[in-house]
Amino acid sequence: MNAVLWGVLPYVMVVVLVAGSIWRYRYDKFGWTTRSSQLYESRLLRIGSPLFHFGILVVIVGHVGGLVIPESWTEAAGVSEGIYHVNALVFGGIAGACTLAGIAILIYRRRRTGPVFMATTANDKAMYVVLVAAIALGLWTTLVSVGAGSEAHDYRESVSPWFRSLFVLQPDVDSMAAAPVEFHVHTLVGMLLFAIWPFTRLVHAFTAPVHYLFRPYIVYRSRDAVPPAPGWTRSRR
Amino acid sequence: MRVMAQMAMVMNLDKCIGCHTCSVTCKQAWTNRAGTEYVWFNNVETRPGQGYPRRYEDQDHWKGGWTLNKRGKLELRTGSRARRLLGIFASPVQPELADYYEPWTYDYRTLTEAPLGDDFPVARPKSLITGEDTKVTWSANWDDNLGGTSELGHLDPIVEKVRRESEEKIRFEFERTFMFYLPRICEHCLNPSCMASCPSGAIYKRSEDGIVLVDQDRCRGWRQCVTGCPYKKIYFNHRSGKAEKCTFCYPRVEVGLPTVCSETCVGRLRYLGLFLYDADAVTAAASTPDPQDLYEAQLGLMLDPSDPAVVAAARAGGIPDDWIDAARRSPVYALAKTYRVALPLHPEYRTMPMVWYVPPLSPVVDLLSSQGHDAEDRATLFGAIDALRIPVEYLAELFTAGRTATVTAVLRKLAAMRAYMRDVTLGRDPDPSIPASVGMTEESLYAMYRLMAIAKYDERYVIPTAHAEQAHDLEELGCSLDVEDGPGMYESGPFGEASGRPVPVAVETFQALKQRQTTDTPPGDLSGRVNLLNWDGNGRPEGLFPPRKDGAS
Ligand code: SF4
Ligand code: SF4
Repeated sequence: MNAVLWGVLPYVMVVVLVAGSIWRYRYDKFGWTTRSSQLYESRLLRIGSPLFHFGILVVIVGHVGGLVIPESWTEAAGVSEGIYHVNALVFGGIAGACTLAGIAILIYRRRRTGPVFMATTANDKAMYVVLVAAIALGLWTTLVSVGAGSEAHDYRESVSPWFRSLFVLQPDVDSMAAAPVEFHVHTLVGMLLFAIWPFTRLVHAFTAPVHYLFRPYIVYRSRDAVPPAPGWTRSRR
Repeated sequence: MRVMAQMAMVMNLDKCIGCHTCSVTCKQAWTNRAGTEYVWFNNVETRPGQGYPRRYEDQDHWKGGWTLNKRGKLELRTGSRARRLLGIFASPVQPELADYYEPWTYDYRTLTEAPLGDDFPVARPKSLITGEDTKVTWSANWDDNLGGTSELGHLDPIVEKVRRESEEKIRFEFERTFMFYLPRICEHCLNPSCMASCPSGAIYKRSEDGIVLVDQDRCRGWRQCVTGCPYKKIYFNHRSGKAEKCTFCYPRVEVGLPTVCSETCVGRLRYLGLFLYDADAVTAAASTPDPQDLYEAQLGLMLDPSDPAVVAAARAGGIPDDWIDAARRSPVYALAKTYRVALPLHPEYRTMPMVWYVPPLSPVVDLLSSQGHDAEDRATLFGAIDALRIPVEYLAELFTAGRTATVTAVLRKLAAMRAYMRDVTLGRDPDPSIPASVGMTEESLYAMYRLMAIAKYDERYVIPTAHAEQAHDLEELGCSLDVEDGPGMYESGPFGEASGRPVPVAVETFQALKQRQTTDTPPGDLSGRVNLLNWDGNGRPEGLFPPRKDGAS
């Protein structure tokens, strides 16, 4: 059981994520958009959307920091276990709470603004469930890691080694299995989120326009060399 | 010098009768789809008026276009690139639907299905956004013909400005006011701020003809271009989540046909032709310190296609000879540069717009004739141009960033043409002092008259065709608005509205038409858009379907 969950599933998730993204990019460039609804409503969006997005960016940075950097390194750098966790709790907690509040505002807006709700697909709704679950469970694990409820758990001795071991293709199933159940659930939901990612509107994150900072302002482009297609063929790009 | 070719348009505002034919035919051809109900690639504004979207010219609010920063360098009004990226999650100044209007239809079915009775059935307006009953409170041309101007006229940003500067009230009383129409399309700018604000780099300028397009496959719906364009000529398709804009009817232009708006213009006031310009000098010209000098700077970019040095540079830049020849015969070059009667709209936005306008003399003429003066007499006209400060200042705010001398010079040329040609038409001896008074010869004034009054189709539209040997697809490329909505435009694709691969417009039209004819679509249903220009639903027009398996067509 553990071997399947923590040894096989992560790789399945990666395959789905990568293959799905490639497939979506080839099949559905036209549908690859944020599908912004700002035209319909912008008052709530202006609060909720930055709150959510900036929150989630900090959360991502936190995850990378917590999962990738071994505890021995931070300790070598003079950051003790205690200080690290206080920091993680404060920053992670604030960012997580912002993210949760942001998405709460966005979902409220989505439900209550007629045109926005009309533009919400079943796909979106399913995605929101997974996304909210992942965020809420993530906050819960943050609390667990400082000892809310039972005794504190240092995920950097269980989840993180497992996470790193995945990259060298030798999953350390045992250390992950030793983590509390909250971490298990959060990880599973997280993997589910990544697996459905390419098939939802979340794909827009993959085309985050960082290159904008470097490209020239004016873009010239020639008409490409594509032979004229008859009217009934699908246009190929 | 890097010579590039630019397709451009000139509109002679004196001739616009405000009939909106151009808007309607454009909409019928390009934006009669779900998601683009409020989108008018071409709209006709009554000026004074708020324009579309409302008060779009108020850049202190909308932050469109470029400004010079403290170091005198060109910068988008929204600030640095990083700042725009930080604002990406909720565009700070994007117009909402309320700034345009809520598109609507009518519940026609109650008319046809109402039971016999004493009361007349009423078709209620239904919102095309929510499908609910709605109240119609604004539209794309609500203040048409100065409608409501006595109450709302002061909301025109230009009126505000002129008032501030002249400390004189522009009057909106019926007899005292002036009025003209301003048809607007995307300006296909040389220095487009829409493009500069696009985070994805999806907006591009075609190097062959300068047409500005949105690559629908690369647009990710970040909406920054809507803010970036000071003319608010980028629209957000709220069904597909992508930006759309006027395409200068590039599929038509490529085969030598004028744009739909030009072709159908009742006043025949639109001219299409080429400019050759120096692409390397654009940024410097757009950085001209004094906004009132921007018109001259822009004009300075336009190269003389008869100059051998320009021709040589154009050839070196790969511009084919027939294009250079077309540039020589270009009516837009003649009106803008040779005669200097066409002016760019709002040069102070520093985008170097490529739709030029001959400002209207009609506010002056109308006032004169309504007061019983001879509106074709040179002295009277010249006197009135100098005396009627408000219309001239208003026009100057539109076309020269406020420099009235330029507008006055153009209006005097138009007045001179009027006065001179009256003598010619009446068989009197033409007065050579009239052209001389505006610095023209009799020949050039007559040639200008010919171009402005009686030019035939192929003189108004000098459009070189796209070159196959440039190896270019005449169909649809990167941009293509004609691929809206996803497979089966009536259901959402698996990833929401308009996902999936695009369907050629011909197929879409077919489906829309079939649906129209076979169902009784209630007005609440937002689907179904028919392109009536294309097909009446009978027979099997060629190219609409794939060939049958058995070979019959
Ligand atoms: S007018 Fe057209 S080309 Fe110019 S900035 Fe606006 S959308 Fe871009
Ligand atoms: S069709 Fe011509 S005359 Fe009529 S509104 Fe348009 S530009 Fe003016």
